[in-house]
Amino acid sequence: MAWLRYIRFSIQDFVETFGASQLFLARLLAYSPRSLIRPRLIIQQIYSVGAGAVVLVAFSGFFVGLVMALQSYQSLAKFGATGEVGTLLALSLFRELGPVVTALLFVGRSGTALASEIGLMRATDQISGMQMMAVDPIRRIIVPRFLAGGLSLPLLAMIFSAIGILGGYILTVPYLGVDPGAFWGQMRANVNLVNDILNGFFKAVIFGGAVTMIALFEGYNAHPTAEGVSRATTRTVVISSITIFALDYILTAFMYRGI
Amino acid sequence: MAATQTDSIIEIRGLCYSRGEHTIFENLDIDIERGKITAIMGPSGTGKTTLLRLITGQLLPDRGSILVDGHDVQALSTKGLYKLRQQMGMLFQNGALLTDYNVFENVAFPLREHTDLPESLIRHLVFMKLQAVGLRGTWNMMPGDLSGGMARRVALARAIIMDPQMIFYDEPFTGLDPISMGVIVRLIKMLNDTLNLTSVIVSHDVAEIATVADQSYLIAGGRVQARGTPEELENSPSAQVRQFMKGLADGPVPFHYPGPDYRDQLLGEES
Repeated sequence: MAWLRYIRFSIQDFVETFGASQLFLARLLAYSPRSLIRPRLIIQQIYSVGAGAVVLVAFSGFFVGLVMALQSYQSLAKFGATGEVGTLLALSLFRELGPVVTALLFVGRSGTALASEIGLMRATDQISGMQMMAVDPIRRIIVPRFLAGGLSLPLLAMIFSAIGILGGYILTVPYLGVDPGAFWGQMRANVNLVNDILNGFFKAVIFGGAVTMIALFEGYNAHPTAEGVSRATTRTVVISSITIFALDYILTAFMYRGI
Repeated sequence: MAATQTDSIIEIRGLCYSRGEHTIFENLDIDIERGKITAIMGPSGTGKTTLLRLITGQLLPDRGSILVDGHDVQALSTKGLYKLRQQMGMLFQNGALLTDYNVFENVAFPLREHTDLPESLIRHLVFMKLQAVGLRGTWNMMPGDLSGGMARRVALARAIIMDPQMIFYDEPFTGLDPISMGVIVRLIKMLNDTLNLTSVIVSHDVAEIATVADQSYLIAGGRVQARGTPEELENSPSAQVRQFMKGLADGPVPFHYPGPDYRDQLLGEES
């Protein structure tokens, strides 16, 4: 009987937490337009969560581009279709790898930073202190971070894809002898702005909002202890990663259902 | 009681509060007089900090009423509560300074959030308050570089920047060296008298409280055990009050936390 009770409490706990997180998200969305009046707060956060992640994202994108190009070149060479390598790179990067891998990197680099920062602010009474100074911490510290995350991730994903393509170009054209005209020409002919690039961008916007919301929610509701903050960071990574993959499937299914 | 009621700025009646199974307050009645320094004393874990959070509306009571300056704290909307809090300053145990801003920006924070004052006026106000707590020279330091006592003084400067009517101190003497302690004691007294504040100090440091408080409450076991001036409490006939004021290890508050029989637990099987 004990395990039945355990399952019941686990489900109840999940439903409660999920409900609370959706209310949290509703509050963030409701406060977001007014938050734009103070762009300085958002810009500061874009600098720390977005600009701070550029080097990581650029390096990762470069190597992912290299590996993708190498793998696809070997397969395509069998059919004499090495000119398609550019198209393959661009499609897979813009549609899937760019948004998904960047979102996962973003969770590790910036999501954990946000969760532990907010969790520590809670543990050291900075959040209560703000409430006592009649300043709403949701408006003052949470919403600017949420907007910064939602704005930064799509830009990072674009940087990731662009540098990935550049990496693929550097490997295949000068070293493996792919014709540069075919590389760029096939890519331009087969990559669609709306279907491929904008859909990928939109995915990244959704991932950015979701991941940042999860990190902020976990940090804001962390127990004010060292263990509580560490739990919040761990949960951020676990829940965000699962959310990214699940959302990616749902979004892909919607975006490409007619194609 | 009628006379004290008229000049009470905070009136607590029949306050009950519990956390889970654990009852923290049971029918608490407290009056905080306007313009005076009131101390709320009690052993650790009696919920003194919880009481401050209830008064400031960070927590809601299960039953009873809390009137602050004529407003029922529970009945206020978030907007009304935030408006009331602009008349309150609170000093947290660890200062609760914002760690990503320097001392100047921390003290200026409430002004920047609530007013549209020109930068020159903000500078004047911040330096005046920092001068009052003796830390004008630290204006460009980060909170992490300050000692515990200094951080608390900066937090005090921030708490008075909006010229509040009331100021709440949560364990202001804990973990300070004798010099910092003396400084804080002097500041509490000086600010109360010069700014015409009402101060509420939550503490268990009997000796320091005796030098500043006009009136003290002793809370234990969820109830008010005694109230009066520090001298009155010192000479109280109640065994419970005497134990606390004189710091006796055993008494109505037992030295041993309740547990199973010592002999049984030592000789019994591991459970």
